[in-house]
Amino acid sequence: MPDPNPPPGFSRRSFMKTVGVSATVTTLSGIAEAHALAREQEAGDQLLGPGPISIAFTVNGKAAEMRVEPSTTLAEALRFQLGLTGTKVICDRGACGGCSVILNGKLANACMMLVIDAQGASITTIEGIAKGSKLDPVQESYLRHDALQCGYCTPGFIVATRVLLDDVPKPTLDQIKKALGGNICRCGTYTNIFNAALEASGQAPIMDQKGVA
Amino acid sequence: MNVLLPNSLAEACDFCAKQPDLIPLAGATDLLVHWPLRQAEHDKTYLDLSKLQELRTITWSANSLTLGALTTYWDVLQDPRAKSDFPLLIESARQVGAIQIQSRGTWAGNIANGSPAADGVPVLMAYDASVALTSKSGTRSVPLHEYYTGYRKSVRRSDELISAISIPLRRYDFAVFHKVGARRAQAITKIGLAMTRESAKPATWRVVANSVAATVKRCAAVENLLHAGAPIRKPEDFAAAIASDVTPIDDIRSTADYRRTVMARLLYHSLKGVSPAIS
Repeated sequence: MPDPNPPPGFSRRSFMKTVGVSATVTTLSGIAEAHALAREQEAGDQLLGPGPISIAFTVNGKAAEMRVEPSTTLAEALRFQLGLTGTKVICDRGACGGCSVILNGKLANACMMLVIDAQGASITTIEGIAKGSKLDPVQESYLRHDALQCGYCTPGFIVATRVLLDDVPKPTLDQIKKALGGNICRCGTYTNIFNAALEASGQAPIMDQKGVA
Repeated sequence: MNVLLPNSLAEACDFCAKQPDLIPLAGATDLLVHWPLRQAEHDKTYLDLSKLQELRTITWSANSLTLGALTTYWDVLQDPRAKSDFPLLIESARQVGAIQIQSRGTWAGNIANGSPAADGVPVLMAYDASVALTSKSGTRSVPLHEYYTGYRKSVRRSDELISAISIPLRRYDFAVFHKVGARRAQAITKIGLAMTRESAKPATWRVVANSVAATVKRCAAVENLLHAGAPIRKPEDFAAAIASDVTPIDDIRSTADYRRTVMARLLYHSLKGVSPAIS
């Protein structure tokens, strides 16, 4: 049974983050770190791993640096190293779009790439879609249209919708369906998602609640 | 995980020559499926080609289209000429995963990975593409339909890398690609079919199927039927040729019987009326 009175300031998320950070500190400390550095120096810049290596990229306009093992995916780096947990890992096989991010202007699945391939890249996650406290029109529109139920897929959908509207300012319903084809909502809120995308692009919502145009 | 990150094709070939068990990466969208759980794969050494932007090229010449080995599906989807000259490339690229995968996955990676369900390979084979294999000792060209030797096996030596895919520019008066999966986006193929007919006389048919054999496969018996102009009146008339060309299996996605049946129907309904012999 869940504790009805959790201690103040303690949540499942903060617990998970603490565990994640301490694990990282252990890996980075002492002997493992010294070995990794020695290997890097021996082989030049090109042999990476298995120990931690330095990665730097720009995320949501800010420089990010970390030392991680090369087997780390971009999704793991965003979530566990940078605490950007808005990027969701759902299927972990490139099929659901929950981990969608904007990578150098293109839509990509963060679970489907190694962080080493993001070296020097410019990345936007769901946390970077709003401008400060001002929501992006896509986010406003998702709220207005109730375009979510459990909300777990929503970050990926919003990122994918933002990329679509950056490329095609006034997409047709068919273009919206195709552009969001890589994102899956198990609650089935597609009708509202399509309407939100239409309205965010300044067009009238055209589908009724049964999904009929 | 050990990763080598070469800065040029020459350097990549040097690494391959020194270390025969390297696994080349060009997009890595298949490698990373359930990656955190697959610890055994983490112990291998990979050759990540992502810095070789010299290979991310689309080059049109007077008689061919050449895709560098780092060219993604998305790159081809954005090419202004691909749709008119090689429409099947566009059709298959649109059905590989969704945009998130199309922006990362590469045509050469699709070939090298060697999955019998690869969606990029049938259309390349139907356009008679060749694979450029580069090593320290030079580059050789292999017709794609002779590239595979068995399930995930190919003629590529461990010191060679796929550096480019070359597709001859020819006139076609018929070209189709069909992918049958659980849904349009994000599904792995249960049975796929790419067919072309060159308009030169005599017409040359190429029929390529995926997910029905250990490799993506040219279907010589079906091609022979078409070249011979044998009368075809129903899907079942392809059954003998299909039985000789492919060896589908029952697996998590479909059954051998379903695959054979659907392949016959795809052939018949795509070709009905295209050739006078098929009605």
